[in-house]
Amino acid sequence: MFDPTLAAFRFGFGLPLPQEAPQSQAQMLAALDQPDAMAQSFTGPTTAVLAPLRAEAQKAERDTRRTRDSANRAEAKAAAELWRKLSRDLAKSGAQAAKSMLARAVETPDGLRERLVWFWANHFSTTAPDRRTLAVPMTLIDEAIRPHLTAPFAQMLTAATLHPAMLDYLDQSRSIGPHSRRGSRNAKGLNENLARELLELHTMGAGSGYAQTDVQELAELLTGLTTGPGGMEFDPDRAEPGAERVLGRTYGSDAPADLGPIRAFLADIATRPETARFVTGKLAVHFLGPTLGTKAAPDLARVWVATGGNLKAVVTALIQSPHAWTAGAENIRRPAEFLVAACRALGLSGAQVARMGDGPFQRLLLQPMEKMGQPFGGPPGPDGWTEDPAYWITPQGMTTRILWATLVPGRLVQPLPDPATVMARALGPRASAALIWAVPRADSPRQAVGLIFAAPEFNRR
Amino acid sequence: MDRRHFLSGLTTLACSAAAHPLTTTVTFAADDSGQTLGEHRLVVIILRGALDGLDLLRPRFDPDLTRWRPDLAGRGVSLSDGYDLNPNLAALPDLWHRQELAFVQATSTPYRQARSHFVGQDILEAGSGLDVPDLALRDGWLNRFLQAFPGLGSETAYAIGGQMALMQGPAPVRNWSPGLRLDVSASLQRLLDHVAHDDPLFREATTTALTLTKDLGPLRMAEREAGNEVAAAINLADFAAGRLRGASRIAAFSLAGWDTHRGQAAAIRAPMRQLEQMILRLKTGLGAEIWGKTVVMAITEFGRMVQQNGSGGTDHGTGGTALLAGGALRGGKVFGPWPGLSEADLYDRRDLMPTSDVRLWAAWALRGLYGIDRGVIESKVFPGLEMGTDPGLLRG
Repeated sequence: MFDPTLAAFRFGFGLPLPQEAPQSQAQMLAALDQPDAMAQSFTGPTTAVLAPLRAEAQKAERDTRRTRDSANRAEAKAAAELWRKLSRDLAKSGAQAAKSMLARAVETPDGLRERLVWFWANHFSTTAPDRRTLAVPMTLIDEAIRPHLTAPFAQMLTAATLHPAMLDYLDQSRSIGPHSRRGSRNAKGLNENLARELLELHTMGAGSGYAQTDVQELAELLTGLTTGPGGMEFDPDRAEPGAERVLGRTYGSDAPADLGPIRAFLADIATRPETARFVTGKLAVHFLGPTLGTKAAPDLARVWVATGGNLKAVVTALIQSPHAWTAGAENIRRPAEFLVAACRALGLSGAQVARMGDGPFQRLLLQPMEKMGQPFGGPPGPDGWTEDPAYWITPQGMTTRILWATLVPGRLVQPLPDPATVMARALGPRASAALIWAVPRADSPRQAVGLIFAAPEFNRR
Repeated sequence: MDRRHFLSGLTTLACSAAAHPLTTTVTFAADDSGQTLGEHRLVVIILRGALDGLDLLRPRFDPDLTRWRPDLAGRGVSLSDGYDLNPNLAALPDLWHRQELAFVQATSTPYRQARSHFVGQDILEAGSGLDVPDLALRDGWLNRFLQAFPGLGSETAYAIGGQMALMQGPAPVRNWSPGLRLDVSASLQRLLDHVAHDDPLFREATTTALTLTKDLGPLRMAEREAGNEVAAAINLADFAAGRLRGASRIAAFSLAGWDTHRGQAAAIRAPMRQLEQMILRLKTGLGAEIWGKTVVMAITEFGRMVQQNGSGGTDHGTGGTALLAGGALRGGKVFGPWPGLSEADLYDRRDLMPTSDVRLWAAWALRGLYGIDRGVIESKVFPGLEMGTDPGLLRG
């Protein structure tokens, strides 16, 4: 049975629900077929802009190092200035990306779309190469994930695997077929990183039956993929010649290498039953929690197999599963979700978030998010942020949430709304008896709001 | 670059979390039951940014030193055998003479590829034997060590000042930043307790946070002075010492600031002073008896180029230096063979040639302090490492 509060917590960024929010399962699903309004309202970085900017900045950095001891002071100064300017531009693109990410989630009436984006972003995690390039992971999200939320999984998998952010992050851009033209010249070799993670994290899952030889053959199949100033490139000079045999099938031939065999492999693996099981298990546990998710997952896997990995069909099965509407909130809102939900409860609009000055945005949202354990720019590894509640709700994690809850809301919204209103907006019927008892007993509105955002029922979803 | 975010790392994959949603909760109760590690203490300090080992411990006996780095090879504090200690560590020779200070020269992880801080630190903390990050090894070597002692309380090991990859993994560890304080009024504290009471995960996290904050006492004046890095280092060491006097046996934290590409003589002063103060404060904070059972290991992702660059600094290199301190040490000496500084002796004709694997020294420290089986170290903690013969790091 559709329950707006359950929908808001489980499939969105919490209450309050805006006027135009879906009122039924069917409306939730129909919203996914609408144009991506949030991506249009709050634009993100694009590879087309970012890749050349990064290449230019790298060149400027090299020029600065090269000329810093040269006698030509004017040349050295110009190089250093250009490097500084390009670094600033890059840093700005990072802040812009973070603002757009949060603004979209704060503003959207269609929480399911945004939450699906965040789920897949975590599934295809990449990490910014450094603090100046924090926008890079978001280019993958906007270019490879957002357009394919309701497509066959093969499309999203292909777009994510071939995306320059992924190719750089998992070292594919350094991998060279040992017998390729470049490999035999330089004695450089294969890098198995992307091949291994593609099997272990993106598709079949660890221990699902592939062998080291599959990893190695896949790594050979993927050679040729690399990146350049324009983004993804296919360099036949790096491609290992001949056919490769992965998971019992042969890809490629002695013909000149191209992307064809790689695409064919991705299409095959996207529909394998191991992939269906592993990915739907993750999806169901993410949205429903371990208990209900484990119960719902087998149905989703069946739909995946039956539809060749059609993500619209799989999400429909998730939303229509009876387990999706059974009470429970085992998962923890990750720090970014926590902040978005708090902003919504405080009545902030997406536009207000997007318009924040860089300084306040860093101090009030981005740095706290990092201190709560989730730095913008990506998780520490390709396996993304964990779902494990104990990872997030540690003494340190709890302290940073409580500190934010008591110190920041009054600086985000002036005057701070009445605590009773905040409680109703944030939690609706979910407010516990303990919280309802405690809120009026706080010494100040600031502390009362702190209690609301620190309460377990606000932090679980 | 700083990719070592405040709380990085991962504990369990989503799928295993799904199987055991609430079983890894950190509790105080667990500390009182079950196994302990005995009485020895280990402190691991990760020196982030690549410490210049040749500047820390200057091998002035080698005639090539001043040729490669005329501005960075001046007299420091004389130790013995022709080694000078960096002049910013003037308070440490006393430990050397008590055999409570030692160094490992020309040591490194197996990382040889691209001299990237991030990859180098990943490899240092994962403790893998490869020169590329081993993505199958998703936990840190200290966590794998703890995994060999099932039933240890979570307070046995502390990552201080933010989570560290070194400590991450399935074995429970504590994380805390001494700068973090939950300064809330007694009344708010009671209300927070009340609100979290019915959710065990939140109740324990909140109670522990409030208890830790109380343990720390009022904010020290030194900490309030903005930008006082030495004070921050002292706070970190004091917090570590406090925990290690109690139920904790292992502590790890980071000290950054070693990436001295320019004006190294000046740039290295602050981190050196921090390192010095950390070691001295650990010693006083632990007290003579516990210090006598302690080893401190300061290790870095790689060394720096032998030749100074055109800006009075040094660029990324390979072989580096580890610093060891503690009363359990058989110190007053430099471990590891000296590879030499003539151009033919260098790695890639530019870097100090590593003559030992840094994991070896950590392995022997773990074995000496906790009696862990050699086979477990070689297969689990540092897979594939061959420990060879006992280098005699510790007092008998």
